[in-house]
Amino acid sequence: MLSDKPVVFSAKRISKDFGAGKTLKTAVKDVSFDIYDEEFISIVGGSGCGKSVLAKIMLGLYEPTRGQFLYRDHKIKNLKDHWNEVQFVFQDPFGCFNQFFTIRSQLEDALNVLKNKPSKEEVRRRVDEGLMAVNVKPSDIEGKYPFELSGGQMQRMLLARIFALRPKVLIADEATSMVDACVRANILDYLRKLKDELKMTVVFVTHDIGLANYVSDRIFIMHDGKIVNQGTPAEVLDNTTEPHTLRLLDDIPEVHKTEWIKNSHRSKK
Amino acid sequence: MGKLLRNLLKSPMFVIGISIFIITLLIALFGPMFYHVDINARDIVAGPYAGSSGDHLLGTDHLGRDYVSLLIEGLRSSLYVGLVAGIIATTIGVLIGLFGGFRGGWIDEVLNMLTNIFIVIPQFVILVLISSAVKDGRSLTLIGLIIGLTAWSWSARAVRAQASSLRSRDHISLAKINGASTLTIVIKHVLPYLLSYVFMVFIMQVSSGILSEASISMIGLGPLDSTSLGIILNQAKDNGALSDGIWIAFLPATIIITLTVFALFLINTSMEGVFNPRLRK
Repeated sequence: MLSDKPVVFSAKRISKDFGAGKTLKTAVKDVSFDIYDEEFISIVGGSGCGKSVLAKIMLGLYEPTRGQFLYRDHKIKNLKDHWNEVQFVFQDPFGCFNQFFTIRSQLEDALNVLKNKPSKEEVRRRVDEGLMAVNVKPSDIEGKYPFELSGGQMQRMLLARIFALRPKVLIADEATSMVDACVRANILDYLRKLKDELKMTVVFVTHDIGLANYVSDRIFIMHDGKIVNQGTPAEVLDNTTEPHTLRLLDDIPEVHKTEWIKNSHRSKK
Repeated sequence: MGKLLRNLLKSPMFVIGISIFIITLLIALFGPMFYHVDINARDIVAGPYAGSSGDHLLGTDHLGRDYVSLLIEGLRSSLYVGLVAGIIATTIGVLIGLFGGFRGGWIDEVLNMLTNIFIVIPQFVILVLISSAVKDGRSLTLIGLIIGLTAWSWSARAVRAQASSLRSRDHISLAKINGASTLTIVIKHVLPYLLSYVFMVFIMQVSSGILSEASISMIGLGPLDSTSLGIILNQAKDNGALSDGIWIAFLPATIIITLTVFALFLINTSMEGVFNPRLRK
């Protein structure tokens, strides 16, 4: 369906091992997929299914132990070049800011990764723009340190960083797990905005299949290091018999289920 | 920072420790201005091991020298050795611990093995061997240097543990994908988180430096160019104070050493309570 667009990530039978000998653990097992330009992909799975490891392989922080992983038809070699185009939103917004420096200075530091480093005024302007994009007044965070903001605000700071950087690919690892439902919807809207306005490819890692259904073009269901089911939300969720997908659907609280999920799911019960 | 200091000042341990330490420091620095008797002047009238008198508050040593002046000079030297040893041991320990802990991999394994080797070698034996090998030119600074070079291992271990727990933190990953260089990451994103530990390690190294100097001097392998508290004890021991029961030759020096180390220990312990929230009451 989207195969007319260029391939961003291409994985051919990749595996990632940790440890060796008796403690050997394979976090990602023999996984293959293609992700196309401007797609919104969700990787969904429970804890320890290997979805975060997969995200870090895409980011270049891990190299697959076996198999071939390509970014736009070449191997990830120079990480700084890679991060110029591929960026990441972390799960825990508090843990990923240095508490000894102001938020503003850290957002400005982020632009160091760009190949053509903008001038000082340009950096300030782009950080301001990034903040505005997530509805935060730049003056509100002036001189503030990470511990002076709330969880929702901090999560928005991470997204402001992305709006300022404007990467081509964004990987969001459980970016909504630490915030309440209201902020969660906001963040999803920002992610869609990034995709629609800046033509970004977004890889959204989550354990919540309901969210994935709400925002994604395609969904990968992961279990025990393998992708057990993939396709458009309709393909993955409608009339599925795949047991892990069914279990993930069961985990959604009844009130959060949209009619559509309820219907497609009930048909299976 | 201000909050940290306020928390520290709430702890009676810290207040007592820092007060004692400041007093010893003031005596060492400014004592000679108020109480000045030439430490080389031998009072022939009073004679050796003279008791306390108006001229000599704590009496005289075996050569008829004034004890108070000797003690002030000794305190100065001991603090200086402690400082030199502390700076050297902390610097080496932090560099090795930080580099190994943060880098990980085989470099960490090698550095950790080296650290462990230095931990199991008895430091005092090495100190004795090196000190007796350098017969001439055994100066105060040299003794401090030797103590520092043999004592860095456990500060390396403490810093390594902290650094390696920081390595996998998200803010380090974020700094990485911000394109920061390893040096920037270490200076901006690792060191600030370790500063409190480094400071605590430094204080403990200073106090163990003072103790090491006292022990090595007591057995006669101390610096030859100055008088330290350990040397006062050594000379008292060598000149019959022990067998003649002249306790005043030993007691003041021992009390000063104990108080100084005790003060540093209190400072260190109280800091741990403030820096480590789990120990906070």
